[in-house]
This record gives sequence, C-alpha cells and structure tokens, in this order.
Amino acid sequence: MATTDHKQRRPYLQVFAALTVLTAIEVGVAALAIDKTVQIVVLLALAAAKATLVALFFMHLRYDHHILAIIGGFPLLLVVIMIVILMADRVSSGQ
Amino acid sequence: MSGTMSVGAVREHPLPEGTEQPFPGLSTEKFAVWLFLASEVMFFAGLIVAYLTIRYSSPSWPVVSEVLNVPLVAANTFILIVSSVTMVLAFDRAERGEAQFRYFLLATAVLGTIFVTIQAVEWAELMGEGIHISTNLFGATFYTLTGFHGAHVSGGVIWVLIVTIKAFRGRYAKNPLGVELVGLYWHFVDVVWIILFTILYLI
Repeated sequence: MATTDHKQRRPYLQVFAALTVLTAIEVGVAALAIDKTVQIVVLLALAAAKATLVALFFMHLRYDHHILAIIGGFPLLLVVIMIVILMADRVSSGQ
Repeated sequence: MSGTMSVGAVREHPLPEGTEQPFPGLSTEKFAVWLFLASEVMFFAGLIVAYLTIRYSSPSWPVVSEVLNVPLVAANTFILIVSSVTMVLAFDRAERGEAQFRYFLLATAVLGTIFVTIQAVEWAELMGEGIHISTNLFGATFYTLTGFHGAHVSGGVIWVLIVTIKAFRGRYAKNPLGVELVGLYWHFVDVVWIILFTILYLI
C-alpha cells in the first residue's frame, strides 16, 4: 500500500538546504546588536518557517489527507496565539 | 492461521458492516499517530508558555549567550535536521522498494544518539558552572524543557532502532507504513527542537 501519492520526486534535499540556511541566518540574527523586539519577531518567524517546512514536506502534510493538517495544525494555532499574546505582553510592559 | 497476514503485507482493519471509512485512503495507524502528536503539541505548548511566563516575569535572567554554549547547540541542531533528512529519505526509499532505506534508518538512529550525547555534554558543562535544576528559575526551566525533549529523542532512537532491526529482518519491504509512522514522530521531535532552540538559546 502506498500510504501517500508518490509519483514524483519530492524536494527533500531542497528543504534540507533551506533548513540549513535558515538555521545559519538564525544564529547570525541572534548575534546582531539590533532592537530586541525586532530580533525576537524575526527569530520567531524564522523558527516558524523552519517548522512549517518540516511539517509540509518531511511530515507530508502538503501531500496527505487534509484532516491530518487540521489535527496537527489546530493545536499549533493555539500555541502560536499563546506565544504571540505573551510576547505582545512583554513588549507592551517594556521588559 | 486464518485472519493473520504475512510480514510486510497490507494490514486491514475492516469496519463493521454498514459503516463507511470516514477518511478514504488514510490509514487508521497514521490517523492515530497524528492524534498522539496533537496531544504532544499541547504538552510542549504548556512547557514553552510556562517558560516564557516565568522568564519574562523574573526580575533577572542570565544572558543566555554567556551561560549556554550556543555554537555547540547550533551544530547539534544541524545534526537533528540532518537526521530528519535521513529519516525522510528512509521512507522515500522504502516506498520505492529500495533496500537502502535500512541504512538511512540506521543513520537516523546514530544521528539521534549523537544529538542526545552532545546534549549530555552541554548539561555537564552547565552543571560544571554550578547551574543545576534547583539553582534558580533559569536552571529549573532549562533542564525541564531540554530534558523532556531529550527524553523524546531518546524514545525516538529506541523506536527507530526497533524499526531498523525489523527492516533488516525483511519487514516493510511491501508496506512501509511502519517507517512512515516512526518518521512522523521523529520529524515532530525535530519541529519541537526548532522552536526550543530559538526560545531557549537565541532569544
């Protein structure tokens, strides 16, 4: 049984290259002496991009039944909302 | 032995008569693993939100780049990413019926073991500096988050090794679902680390 439609080569190595480059950019951004809020937003966006790439291509959410994306994505949405609210609170309290 | 199936054959779980498959083409096992992963998302969400709450309500917090070995952990992050690649290639090759998938599985287990070992080295360094889990809030949250993640990686290594041994015994040649399931868990652990690396080490 082919558990997923697998007629064409998937871009695993391109995703690997993207993850490597994004990790290097993260470490570089973390070392920059820039505004802390901007830095946090950029770093969280980079982490979100990497996590999305892994979920879409390595976990096959891009190709699989959409119900799996809903099962995995909904709690992830809640996590993002919680983290955004916490970070917004941090920024607004000026810490 | 009616009702049993040969090793590697497609496993079927027939629904009671008169009922329909709710998600045609989707295996029950994969659906179950995704439900498990959804619960794991909330588990780590609780830990991460607790960490952020404690960190940003604390009057003082160490400068992480001074306390933690960021270059070492960045290299370790790269190792975990590579292990995700070997895992996805294992499934890709297994799906194509290529025997080399077994070596990609083995490579994944080795890389996972290296990751946990480097994390142990990092913990030893930190403890050498006098920071233990009971030292302060930083220590408590840091060891809790990395510890739970490390436990997940360790459990993943064991699962990958079991699948690898089965693979070398001829399993999954016709049905790679078992490789896909352990792969889903492994990639999830990678995703969690991607978030933890940013939150614990970079911010």
